[in-house]
Amino acid sequence: MQASPILEVIDLACERGDHRLFSGLSFTLSGGELMQVQGENGKGKTTLLRALCGFVQPVAGAVHWCGRNVEEWDEDFHAQTCYLGHLNAIKDELSALENLLLTAGLAGVQLSEKSALDALRRMGLRRKEHLPVRVLSQGQRRRVALSRLLVVDAALWILDEPLTALDVGAVDLMQELIGEHLSNGGMAIFTTHQPLHVAGIETRELLLS
Amino acid sequence: MSRLTVFGLLGLVIRRDLLLAMRRRADVLTTLIFFVMVVSLFPLGVGPEPDMLRKMAGGVLWVAALLSSMLSLPRMFSADHIDGTLEQMMLAPQSLTVMVLGKIVAHWMLSGLPLVLIAPVLGLQFDMPADAIGVLMLALLLGTPVLSMIGAVGAALTLGLRGGGVLVSLLVLPLTIPVLIFGAGAVEAVSGGMDAASNLSLLGAFLLFALVFSPFVAAQALRISME
Repeated sequence: MQASPILEVIDLACERGDHRLFSGLSFTLSGGELMQVQGENGKGKTTLLRALCGFVQPVAGAVHWCGRNVEEWDEDFHAQTCYLGHLNAIKDELSALENLLLTAGLAGVQLSEKSALDALRRMGLRRKEHLPVRVLSQGQRRRVALSRLLVVDAALWILDEPLTALDVGAVDLMQELIGEHLSNGGMAIFTTHQPLHVAGIETRELLLS
Repeated sequence: MSRLTVFGLLGLVIRRDLLLAMRRRADVLTTLIFFVMVVSLFPLGVGPEPDMLRKMAGGVLWVAALLSSMLSLPRMFSADHIDGTLEQMMLAPQSLTVMVLGKIVAHWMLSGLPLVLIAPVLGLQFDMPADAIGVLMLALLLGTPVLSMIGAVGAALTLGLRGGGVLVSLLVLPLTIPVLIFGAGAVEAVSGGMDAASNLSLLGAFLLFALVFSPFVAAQALRISME
């Protein structure tokens, strides 16, 4: 992990179809900071997060990571980010453990079975590790997806509605995890329609309107 | 964080796709059964004269192989697209081209290789001589990976489109014509008492050409489809 990672968004503008979602958006996020993107439905929250990942080409502006455009960073930038979208990216046919080992493998992390089991147990999936994900509930699937955050050593977490389908206990756990991540010098940007408070951290808010 | 080597990544993607296919065997079997059925329909349709069957065997098997390889193409990327795995693959700090190559190899092992293995049985059904069956297998072994590779580009381009399943066949089938011509040509050459080497060499050349370019092109097409 970089000594002090910094994410800069400079004068960013994005469109969806012909519709301008936002323009002139600038902010900086540095290690230990948490940002919540707010806005009504259809204001471009997801698009902003996807633009940070590089899925969406911005119409104008740029995203810089540690002073360099992310397009120049390419794979090295991706090694330092973990994106969790609306989709869980898990396979129904595979067990929670197999899912985690494979997604970690694709993300370039060679994971031992033990640390994968530890991560799943931390996410409250004890005794569910070897069940096919198909038989798990929506909330449990979300937990499988979130367990990726524990095993991928990424400085920047980009979380799109991470709390969907989670129960109160899991929301508390997420707040705890984000808190740990920030105290380790990481940063996170997320969208949510549920309240999320991390103890000791002031959440910065970005309103898209 | 230790990154995987190219071969480590390739192996991981192949193992993953094979594991998924083993959990959902019906998909693999449908391709194979479709191939057997299409081939078996021809003797029923055109009549059982051994001379005619022997003559058309190579062409029939090749056309059937083309059609059945189209069957599984739409599934190549769509499952990963729908559940978000593809997004994660693109965000991975590793080469998407290598991952696409892994998916192509796995796709071939599940849809092309079974055809190669069952082709001799179907060849016997057409009373093909032993040397023609040997060349047929060799030609299929060289040609079916090309079908998976060209198909991957088509599947990537039509990803997420409505009616993409049919569209990919319309897009890919014309591009596979050279494979069909030289694949069936190899069998015909042997049946006619000539050497099949030139046809097989050309198939081999297609294979190398496709191997170099198609994973990269398919990876770019996936990036475009994701926007």
